[in-house]
Amino acid sequence: MQVTRFPTRASGLADRISGFIAHLRMNGMRVGPAETADALAALEAVEATDARQAQQALCVLLAGNADGWRRFDDLFEAYWFNTGKQRKGTAQTAHVRVQSAKPMIWQQESQAAQETETGTDQATAPDPGDGEAVGRNGKLIATRTVNLSRRDLRELMDEDALRQAEQAATAIARAIRDRRSRRRKQALRGPSLDMRRIQRASLARGGEPMDLYRRARPPRPMRIVALCDVSGSMTVYSRVFLAFLKGLIGSGTEADAYLFHTRLMRVTDALRDHDSLRAAGRLSLMAEGFGGGTDISGSLEHFLNGYGARALNGRTIVLILSDGYCSSDPQALGDALARIRRKARRIVWLNPLKGWRDYQPIAAAMQAAEPYLDAHLPANTLEALAALEPQFRKL
Amino acid sequence: MSLQEIQQGLAEVGYVADDRLAMALHLAQTLGRPLLLEGPAGVGKTEVAKALAAQRAARLIRLQCYEGLDASHAIYEWNYQRQLLAIRASEAQGGTSEAQLFTDDYLLKRPLLEAISEEEPPVLLIDEIDRADEEFEAYLLEILSDFQITIPELGTIKARSRPIVILTANGTRDLSDALRRRCLYSFLDYPSRETEMAILKARMPEVERLLARQIVGVVQALRKEDLEKTPGIAEMLDWAAALSGLGVNDMAQSREEVQATLVCLLKTAADYDAAPPEVMDRLIGKVA
Repeated sequence: MQVTRFPTRASGLADRISGFIAHLRMNGMRVGPAETADALAALEAVEATDARQAQQALCVLLAGNADGWRRFDDLFEAYWFNTGKQRKGTAQTAHVRVQSAKPMIWQQESQAAQETETGTDQATAPDPGDGEAVGRNGKLIATRTVNLSRRDLRELMDEDALRQAEQAATAIARAIRDRRSRRRKQALRGPSLDMRRIQRASLARGGEPMDLYRRARPPRPMRIVALCDVSGSMTVYSRVFLAFLKGLIGSGTEADAYLFHTRLMRVTDALRDHDSLRAAGRLSLMAEGFGGGTDISGSLEHFLNGYGARALNGRTIVLILSDGYCSSDPQALGDALARIRRKARRIVWLNPLKGWRDYQPIAAAMQAAEPYLDAHLPANTLEALAALEPQFRKL
Repeated sequence: MSLQEIQQGLAEVGYVADDRLAMALHLAQTLGRPLLLEGPAGVGKTEVAKALAAQRAARLIRLQCYEGLDASHAIYEWNYQRQLLAIRASEAQGGTSEAQLFTDDYLLKRPLLEAISEEEPPVLLIDEIDRADEEFEAYLLEILSDFQITIPELGTIKARSRPIVILTANGTRDLSDALRRRCLYSFLDYPSRETEMAILKARMPEVERLLARQIVGVVQALRKEDLEKTPGIAEMLDWAAALSGLGVNDMAQSREEVQATLVCLLKTAADYDAAPPEVMDRLIGKVA
């Protein structure tokens, strides 16, 4: 095991810990100076010379959430044992190379993960069940050749015109966000008084209405689940659609976004990243095979079997952005849509081809899909996207 | 108290804690910080608090959170009835000042206030914090960071002893960063095969080795299946109790009992249909 090489100015434990905290912060964990002090206090409370105890103590103190808990071991190894500097040349992207001084992608590196597993307790090995990993280890087998050439999505996201697409998405999200239930339920604050409960409670106070209970119409926001096709035939639209997804995610609604080509991956967290450069980096790591073939029904099935159970409910609008050209069995697509239909409130298909003159849904997949759609709308231009808002108001 | 002592102490009261959980409990006690436990349902989050209380022979004060839980149910409330009675009585006799109405006598202590006014440090379990509203989290912040409660009429009440606070959550909604930052964190996942064997042995020493291995093997395999409600440790223990209560020694020998007792493990109709006898045969065959 290698010994950590620290900058010569790092004089003692405190310096190194603060360096570690900075390293965690750079990797997206929310820790600050207060945590540095806490970390030192925690190390005092354990055998700090025992690397494993120190690792456990710092993990308990700094992880903060389930995601951090899974990533912590890799980050720890990377900082203290220099594993971050061992990288396989093939697993690099342009984006990562730019930031090579700032290690970012250990979670992607199988080598680092293996070392962690052998180095630490079995029970603490990182769980491979997070979003990115599912996309990588998915069971789907591509029906066409998988295009593994990597593309940097930043070039698809940096134009000003994309802001319009984001605005259109925000408008749609706003149109469906402020839904309230028709019934009034008891609430801490609210416009109306709940006279029944007030009266009942007043009995306990000798008939004096001392506790004022209130009622309000609780919010019943609609959720959006967007599934965006990024296969070869959609390349020209994907930059706009990605901006559209980013607008949906960033609008404060409950929204969930997925990309698919021959596989499906969840990109909600990547799109939510405020640091848009890092978001682009994460997306390009996920979108290997971006611009290859399409397997819509397989992707939808993967979605249903994995994320679907949590993502769909009776107040969900499923938004599919695709041209419907796909190499899989149309019948399977129909079946998958029927399953989604049972779980979700509405299915809307945004089709860039629909805006074309004389377009007929003759692609076999579209014909199989049509019966299950609540709306099949055009989305080939920014104007078309902006014009969707009134449609959603109705849904 | 050292790590090993904590682990041993918990083992004595029948709770098998892995290294990292023991470390979390150790730090929670030495640093005096609350501990936030997350994880899927049925992995023993609530049980941690109970075991800890039993091990320390401390009182367990539990606050079950729900939507709409407010300060008057969680922290304190004035006893209005008594106050009104006092006013009426004093009207008859003449002369009670208002100041006498807001004293300890008229204060109803709810779990949080109770926890900080104990002489001996109790274990305070705030269960399913993610079910409570976000406003309630804000109330908690003062208590969790400074262990004090401010009552406008009485002033600030400081903790006599620092309770050991354990919060549990299972992801109904995201908790605020402010709350997370004040807590130590531990994620409990479904146990590994060895840990689960140890748990079964600690809780039910009477179960035969062969049956125990089969039970744990089948439950572990079931967790990998696509089920709506994945069976947790509690379900596994129920099932073990049911099987050993029926006098089963070997699952392969008594298939009917196994199928009949599956109700202990699978809690929805769809899951029950997903485990017909053939599937169970396959799972048991794999284990044996």
